[in-house]
Amino acid sequence: MTLPRGIRIALRIASGLLLAFIYVPIGIIVLYSFNAARVATWPITSFTLDWYGRAIGDGGVRAALLASLQAAIGATVVSLLLGSLIALAVQRYRFFGREAISFVVVLPLALPGIVTGIALNTAFRAIGLEFGLLTIIVGHATFCVVVIYNNVVARLRRTSRSFEEASADLGADTFATFRRVTFPAVRTALIAGALLAFALSFDEIIVTNFTSGASIQTLPLWIFSNYQRPNQLPLVNVAAVLVLLLSIVPVYLASRLTADPAAVAGART
Amino acid sequence: MTGSVSPAAAPPASLARRAAAALYRHPRAQLAGLLAAPLGWLLLAYLGSLALFLVTSFWRVDSFSGNLITEPTLGNYQEIATQEIYRTIAIRTVGMAALVTVTDIVLALPIAFYMAKLASTRTRGIMVVSILLPLWSGYLVKVYAWRLILSEGGILNAALQPVGLKGPGYSEAAVWLVESYLWLPYMIIPVFAGLERIPGSLLEASADLGGRAGMTARRVILPLALPAIAAGSIFTFSLTLGDYITPTLVSNTRFIGNVVYDFVGIAGNQPLAAAYAMVPVTIMLVFLLVARRLGAFEAL
Repeated sequence: MTLPRGIRIALRIASGLLLAFIYVPIGIIVLYSFNAARVATWPITSFTLDWYGRAIGDGGVRAALLASLQAAIGATVVSLLLGSLIALAVQRYRFFGREAISFVVVLPLALPGIVTGIALNTAFRAIGLEFGLLTIIVGHATFCVVVIYNNVVARLRRTSRSFEEASADLGADTFATFRRVTFPAVRTALIAGALLAFALSFDEIIVTNFTSGASIQTLPLWIFSNYQRPNQLPLVNVAAVLVLLLSIVPVYLASRLTADPAAVAGART
Repeated sequence: MTGSVSPAAAPPASLARRAAAALYRHPRAQLAGLLAAPLGWLLLAYLGSLALFLVTSFWRVDSFSGNLITEPTLGNYQEIATQEIYRTIAIRTVGMAALVTVTDIVLALPIAFYMAKLASTRTRGIMVVSILLPLWSGYLVKVYAWRLILSEGGILNAALQPVGLKGPGYSEAAVWLVESYLWLPYMIIPVFAGLERIPGSLLEASADLGGRAGMTARRVILPLALPAIAAGSIFTFSLTLGDYITPTLVSNTRFIGNVVYDFVGIAGNQPLAAAYAMVPVTIMLVFLLVARRLGAFEAL
């Protein structure tokens, strides 16, 4: 493309500034987690690793970390199963209501999270389900399904049906074809989807706030209930960095797995 | 192929093999098997909840006993429509969502254009990943980071002090800043994808016909990018409408989300919460219809 040199340079600078804008707050919270002082003033005068030790020794943080891991793994397993089944049905069959299903799967992302939150909260109360890990997993799974679904649908769309037909022609039955042709084709899409679902679940708070009850706290909920307590500030900073790490690393791995970066982009939408 | 591999050479039919054959002959059964579990889940866990939520908005809570009264009433909607405060908060929230959306469009266009049309393949790949990472992760952490940045003794005030300025502190301006920050990647990615699909030849044709950069941007790029912008707006708008964490952490102002949250949590008034939450739901449905007309769904 031919563009005046000035505009090119301006666009490059604007892009650089915007990336900096996106990453500076993330960098600052990481810096603060090493801040030796108990208050978050700037500039930071001395650094320490102590708070990490304290956070790991803190019963509240440990329990919340464990709860978050359980919830994220549970939600990932449920959504892997449901998401890939829907993807196979929608992508490999033509049937009445197909469009409606693909719309309903995406709905939890298009509606504000608070709506999903109170809707589930109302339903759990109505059927008398006790709030706890199970209700958190159900809540997370409703919006994690779409992630798996999108990843698998995108992969199936790019995998020609003729492989499956060839497998059938060569005498493989439905199960063998799935095991030896379809599954290997979607395997990395499943792993990438699972990593994204894990990340999405691990740092979720908007829905979790409505589905957790008083007996259990995920790490984001622990941060939310402690951020105003001055003496907890250093631990909140460390917890924030833990949440960040455990959600950003899976997303990075997922982006490496799907060679086509647009596949991850499309996964959200 | 010779005829040497005949059906007769197949192993004796095991149970699994017979089941597979039956499934092959009845694709409907296959489909039913695939869909039974997920549909049951979606219908029960999600659509069921949404339906109940809609119905609840017509119930009320007995003010003495605190019990739910399931006799249908329009009282909740009446209360929301007539009380000044709820209208003010609704208008404020929608205004904020619109402002954040416009801000993100303005910020996203240059970087998305740079990524789509100017950057090398390698740079583009790195940039896409660097925008996707924060899109997927650390929502609460980012809001909390901004709380520290905007605090009285925080980095923003420290940085602005030499020039005699002050940051917005915890205020509505802070909400605008943080929401725009949070949802920016949701705008960049679809707009980037939309711009990438515009053939370079169209831009060259515009230049050949005498269109300068500004003219090409206005008359060629913008109209073609509109579906993608609409797609990004669905996210920035919806996510701002429902956010109650950001206003809580960086302002003292209440938005729809805060009111709904308090109705459920503090007041224990599910019906009123449901009725008020219908405001963002209705707005989003209208928004989705408009976005669909603009071709946003194809650009997703």
